Amino acid sequence: MHIVVCIKQVPDSAQIRVHPVTNTIMRQGVPTIINPYDLFALEEALRLRGAHGGEVTVLTMGPPMAEDALRKALTYGADRAVLLTDRCFAGSDTLATSFALSRAIVRIGETFGAPDIVFAGKQTIDGDTAQVGPGIAKRLGLLQFTYVAKIASIDLDAREITVKRRSEGGMQMLKSRLPCLITMLEGTNEIRRGSLDDALRAARSQIVKWSAAEAGIEDLTKCGLRGSPTVVKRVFAPTTRAEKATQIDMTDKTQHGVADELIAAIFTRQPALEHELAFDGGQ
Amino acid sequence: MLKAKREAPPSAGRGGIKKELPEHFKDYRHVWVFIELERGEVHPVSFELLGEGRKLADKLGIQLAGIVLGPPGDATQHAVAEAFAYGADLVYLVEAPLLADYRNEPFTKAMTDLVNAHKPEILLLGATTLGRDLAGSVATTLLTGLTADCTELDVDVDGSLAATRPTFGGSLLCTIYTLNYRPQMATVRPRVMAMPPRTDKPVGHVIRHKLSMTEEEIITKVLGFNLDRQSAKANLAYADIVVAGGLGLGSAENLQLVTNLARAIGAEYGCSRPLVQKGWMPADRQIGQTGKTIRPKLYIAAGISGAIQHRVGVEGADLIVAINTDPNAPIFDFAHLGIVTDAIRFLPALTEAFTRRLSPHSHDKLAS
Repeated sequence: MHIVVCIKQVPDSAQIRVHPVTNTIMRQGVPTIINPYDLFALEEALRLRGAHGGEVTVLTMGPPMAEDALRKALTYGADRAVLLTDRCFAGSDTLATSFALSRAIVRIGETFGAPDIVFAGKQTIDGDTAQVGPGIAKRLGLLQFTYVAKIASIDLDAREITVKRRSEGGMQMLKSRLPCLITMLEGTNEIRRGSLDDALRAARSQIVKWSAAEAGIEDLTKCGLRGSPTVVKRVFAPTTRAEKATQIDMTDKTQHGVADELIAAIFTRQPALEHELAFDGGQ
Repeated sequence: MLKAKREAPPSAGRGGIKKELPEHFKDYRHVWVFIELERGEVHPVSFELLGEGRKLADKLGIQLAGIVLGPPGDATQHAVAEAFAYGADLVYLVEAPLLADYRNEPFTKAMTDLVNAHKPEILLLGATTLGRDLAGSVATTLLTGLTADCTELDVDVDGSLAATRPTFGGSLLCTIYTLNYRPQMATVRPRVMAMPPRTDKPVGHVIRHKLSMTEEEIITKVLGFNLDRQSAKANLAYADIVVAGGLGLGSAENLQLVTNLARAIGAEYGCSRPLVQKGWMPADRQIGQTGKTIRPKLYIAAGISGAIQHRVGVEGADLIVAINTDPNAPIFDFAHLGIVTDAIRFLPALTEAFTRRLSPHSHDKLAS
């Protein structure tokens, strides 16, 4: 089977800092990583390849430096990597991004074989929208399964798939057909340690690089800023509350003394709580 | 990406942020809120959105509609009645047996058909697993803008929806517009907006719409549904009291100090994002922008520094108590009560003090 995994290179959010004066993101020197949620999708794809045979193609859209993320994906064992990169994609919102990626997936299908499953992470850690996966599915007319906790079975001959999907109050068991798009829930598997062979292969591999034209995209009005219905009008730091927290002084007091003082302060500010706690708490 | 947007030349089509709504979008009117009905229950986020939708509709001088998609029966009729009770002026209803369980195909079809037939200006959905699955499909089908996980919704002077959400992993906020497309779509996570008061408003105008789809046309079939165990974890977002731990606790073992306090006062417990990333607590206990948003009466944060990503998830709490060794930790900027001390030492003392104070025996003494 042929599986396409969409990944994104993101800044390691733990290391992002905001400039205290200008309120802009200080990106310089912030290391990039593969969006952590995408690794669950990649691992699931590699497991399916192990069980059913076939190939895993990783795809990303981004600046030339996004090649690093693709090479990392190859070290985990992906067979092939495609980088969609073109200045015309700059400023893409989720609608424009899903357009470009869906065209690239069509071109991947024409070039390397039609995919049976397209995977994506649940969301990215920098945008957190969870919109690009469903967008790709709709653009390609693929059946869509988001927040998948488990792929219960795949029958390649019958073209059938059953998945366990997270819903608000439980797990849905769904039976459907290939091809489909799946976004994997976090924590459903653990990315493998790539083999030495994979690492060597990744270092030598040629990354497939496509411009918009090479990916078969003719209508540039659907790309980048022009293809994005949403506009970011303002970026700002949240205002802080006028008054800071009232500090309970620790000087010359025991932890127990301060604890009593804190509880008194809580009940002074929220008198109803004491009553509720007396009946509900302390079980 | 943001930089590119700011520097967009006027030739880019929208002149950066100039509004030129195409003629065919000009008759799009009214605010719609998707009433999320799953397995017979309306998700409370729908009511929170009706509260926000009411404000937007009043500012714009237009109507607020609830969108109910469900199977024929009492649960769906109840959802219609609740939509009115929480402020809707009218309800659009699609009732069909194949809407009994959530599936992307029929729900997307029902929603996009409704939008194309009745043309709303603004469409709001809850950012739940169902709402996000649906919103992405609907926005792509309609080729319109969708802003996820908004923390503030407003209308600007020319009537555009100004949707504010955290960006860059929650370190900054940004305000996003969908200028030249309709409807303007946005999702909001549960508990981010306050629950509006419920009134006894009777059921009003209901506009019924047929679903032009048959079961044969739907490829995906529901084989079953496994309800989550009635563990407390599902209640974190709606708990009255929450205790949470952060990196300041130093080790996974010390999370016991948090759960001990939670048990003593009948609270739910959670943690900040780094603890989930370290594997110290499961993801469904994470509190913050990418985890659960909470609005408890009392929130106790132990060893949490208070990054913006955490802050936006807890700001709705009535009373925030912060315990942290660093007097300059950002959590003290939005907490109400602060104690600069080591949570590892303080939590046991606090647990003991609460237990003493709340035991029936000592309570009688205090009352007398």
